[in-house]
Amino acid sequence: MDTDKENAMSNDIHEYLSQFDDIPGTRVYTAKRARQGYWMNQFAMSLMKAENRERWKAGERAYIDEWPMSEDQKQAILDRDYNRCLDLGGNIYFLAKVFSTDGLSFLQAVGTMTGMSTEDYQAMMIAGGRSPEGVRSIKEKR
Amino acid sequence: MARITAGVATSHVPAIGAAMDLGKTAEPYWQPLFAGYDWSRQWIAQEMPDVVILVYNDHASAFDMKIIPTFAIGCGERYKPADEGWGPRPVPDVIGEPDLAWHIAQSLILDEFDMTIINEMDVDHGLTVPLSLMFGQPGAWPVKVVPLAVNVVTYPPPSGNRCWMLGEAIARAVESYGEDLNVQIWGTGGMSHQLQGPRAGLINAKWDNRFLDLMSEGDGQALRAIPHIEYLRETGSEGIEMVMWLIMRGALGRKVKALHRHYHVPASNTAVGHLVLEPTT
Repeated sequence: MDTDKENAMSNDIHEYLSQFDDIPGTRVYTAKRARQGYWMNQFAMSLMKAENRERWKAGERAYIDEWPMSEDQKQAILDRDYNRCLDLGGNIYFLAKVFSTDGLSFLQAVGTMTGMSTEDYQAMMIAGGRSPEGVRSIKEKR
Repeated sequence: MARITAGVATSHVPAIGAAMDLGKTAEPYWQPLFAGYDWSRQWIAQEMPDVVILVYNDHASAFDMKIIPTFAIGCGERYKPADEGWGPRPVPDVIGEPDLAWHIAQSLILDEFDMTIINEMDVDHGLTVPLSLMFGQPGAWPVKVVPLAVNVVTYPPPSGNRCWMLGEAIARAVESYGEDLNVQIWGTGGMSHQLQGPRAGLINAKWDNRFLDLMSEGDGQALRAIPHIEYLRETGSEGIEMVMWLIMRGALGRKVKALHRHYHVPASNTAVGHLVLEPTT
C-alpha cells in the first residue's frame, strides 16, 4: 500500500475534500454535489416503483416536470448525458434507476461516459480494464 | 456462547446476480468467475453457520437521499429483495435473527458505536449477490442474516480504521451472546472499479492483490491506515467499498488463516475478489 506517501487519513474536512478534484475524470459524491443533485437523485429514485416507471415511459417530459429540478438537470436526464448529470449533482447509483428503466446494464451505461463505443469499452474490460497509470493524480502526473 | 468461526470477503456486482438469475453461469464470460466459488460452496456446506453478519452497502435502494446512516444494523424478522429498477431479483426473502441483532445493536451502542437500527427495509444486490455466490439457488437461504449496512456512497464514508474497530466491537458483542451459535461475518463489495465519468472502467489488479495479501497474512494492521484518497486514486471511485472488508477482518482478531482466495477480472465493470478466512489463536 502507498501509506507512507499519503499517510493516515486527515480528519480535517477542508484538507480531506481538497484532494478530490485532483483525480482525473472522476466526480466524488461530496455533500456539495449531494445538495445540488438532491431532487435529480430523488426523481431517479422514484423509478424504483413499477407504476412510476410506466408513467415516466408514457411521457418523460411531463413526469420530470413534476420534480423541482433545474432545467439543465432535466435536460441532462432527458438526453441521458450521464457525465452532465454527474456535474449537476447526480450520483451513479441513483442514475442507475434511469438507465435500468431504459433496459441498459451498468456495463452499457457506464461505457457511455468514457467517450468509447460500447464495443470498445467492453473489450477494454475483458482485456483487464483501464490501467491506473497516468490517471491517479492531475497534479502529480502519475 | 456464540462465536465467530470464519470470515468471507466477496464482491457483490449486480451483473453476477443477473447471470445466475438468467442461467448464464456456464457461459465462457462467466464460467471462470463462478469456478472460483466452487470450493467455497463445498466448504460452507460443511461449516454451515447459523447466522451470517453480512456487511454490505445499500445502492440507493432502501436508503435514498432522505436518510444516510453511516452504520445501520437490521434487527427485523425478514427482508425482501429490492426492486432496483428492473424488478426484484427472483431470490428467497432474507430471514433475520432479531434476538442476536438487537443484542449486537445494544452492545455496540454501549461500546460507543452509535448504530442506526433498521426494523423494515428491502435488501438489494449488495446483500443478495453474496448469498447467491455462496449458496447458489436454494428455495430458502440456509442461514439467518444480520444485515449491517455501511454508507460508502455519500462522502465521507467511515474511515478504514473505524471500520476495523467496529469489527472488533462486533466480535465482543457476539462473544457475549448467551445462545450457542455458529456465526460468520462477511465483508462485501469491491474490488477495484469505477462506475462513473471518463475514468470509468479502472481496474488495478496489482493493488487489489496486495490488499488480498494484507487481508490474508500477518496482523493486517497496515490496512487500517489506508486513506480514502488512496482507494479513490488506485482502485476507482467505487473501490472505496473495500473499507467494508475491514469490518470483517477486524472481527476475526489478530491473526487469520486464508483457506481460499480467488481474483477475477472482469464482472461487468468490476474486479472480483473473494477470500475465506479463519481466525487463528
